[in-house]
Amino acid sequence: MKDSDGKRMQWVDHMIRIRDHQDQAAFAALFGHFAPRVKGFLMKSGADASLAEEVAQEVMATCWHKANMFDPARASVATWIFTIARNRKIDVLRKQRRPEPEDLAWGPEEEPDQADVMALQQESEQLGRAIAELPPAQRELIQKAYFGDLSHSEIADQTGLPLGTIKSRIRLALERLRHAMK
Amino acid sequence: MEQKITHHLTDDILMAYAAGTLPEAFNLMVATHVSLCDECRAVVESYDALGGEVLDQAPGNDIALTPGSFAATMALIAGGTPDEIRTPRMRDAVLPQPLLDYVGGGFDNVKWRSVGMGVKQAILPTSKDASARLLYIPAGAAMPDHGHNGIEMTMVLQGAFQDEDDYFARGDVEVADSDMHHTPVADIHEDCICLAVTDAPLRFQGLLPKIAQRFARI
Repeated sequence: MKDSDGKRMQWVDHMIRIRDHQDQAAFAALFGHFAPRVKGFLMKSGADASLAEEVAQEVMATCWHKANMFDPARASVATWIFTIARNRKIDVLRKQRRPEPEDLAWGPEEEPDQADVMALQQESEQLGRAIAELPPAQRELIQKAYFGDLSHSEIADQTGLPLGTIKSRIRLALERLRHAMK
Repeated sequence: MEQKITHHLTDDILMAYAAGTLPEAFNLMVATHVSLCDECRAVVESYDALGGEVLDQAPGNDIALTPGSFAATMALIAGGTPDEIRTPRMRDAVLPQPLLDYVGGGFDNVKWRSVGMGVKQAILPTSKDASARLLYIPAGAAMPDHGHNGIEMTMVLQGAFQDEDDYFARGDVEVADSDMHHTPVADIHEDCICLAVTDAPLRFQGLLPKIAQRFARI
């Protein structure tokens, strides 16, 4: 395991400590890394600094409150925080509600398999590395797709990003959930 | 899962849903389709993962938080509600969960308006940059032929329809762009219910006079 894999597993561990023990030190570490990035994301999406600050605080508070909803077999902590921030962006900046798919909530009593968690977190790491290794122009395109309002028609075709593997992993997790819900 | 879905949403739309840049009506289409289609749900969550990595790699050092930001967040946490209580939500045999909020109830609560030839529609309340409506097409009836100015997506909720090229059953989505002129016909076995979204006004050709179009808001 590489150090960076360890970093993702560490964030997962922090989330579990927040969920199970309301661990403020774990939350402070998460906050230190993600709060400025969420604020930056909101500013790039058109919020002024004070609104972005306010919303970033709300997003981080939601992380704490909804810690029991985080499923590390389906998402990295960064992914989970991104989805919360994106939803708040639509809500606050665009004044729209965002229709969400029917929930496939996992019961907190069913902890996901540790091997599945490891695999998903490692694939997130591979995805992250693949983005970092893209030629700058392509990387910028991807960043603009998420941090701006760029059209997606060309970007979705980006080859070379290991999206297929992570998709298969998530697909398996969904099948297990469907099975458990029966 | 129900029967196999063979017509899916396109990757660029699923990516834009993950990025949060679609108009509300399109978001509603994606959320409705993904509620029935785990294949597209996995694609959306992969694009969520891409967004997560982009966020993670964004420079955080040059963004200053307000002094006392952490303490303010802890105060929010102390004053906030843990999580909204998840009430068991109603289920509907025709309408997937995301549509129930827009209809304001189940299928029986849909406020249909006739648009002629037995076809009915109900416009759903979304932001103005695109529109969403439910369509009711009697079994065996043809939809009026219409051209498109923008993107139109039509998803089957009950019954089935076919056009010149293909057959669409529950969960299937037809994505049409401005080059396409088609004449979908509802399957004869059952009345067909669809969710249709578009980012441009539809131009019905022939059957529906212009004044009726204006009246029907299509």
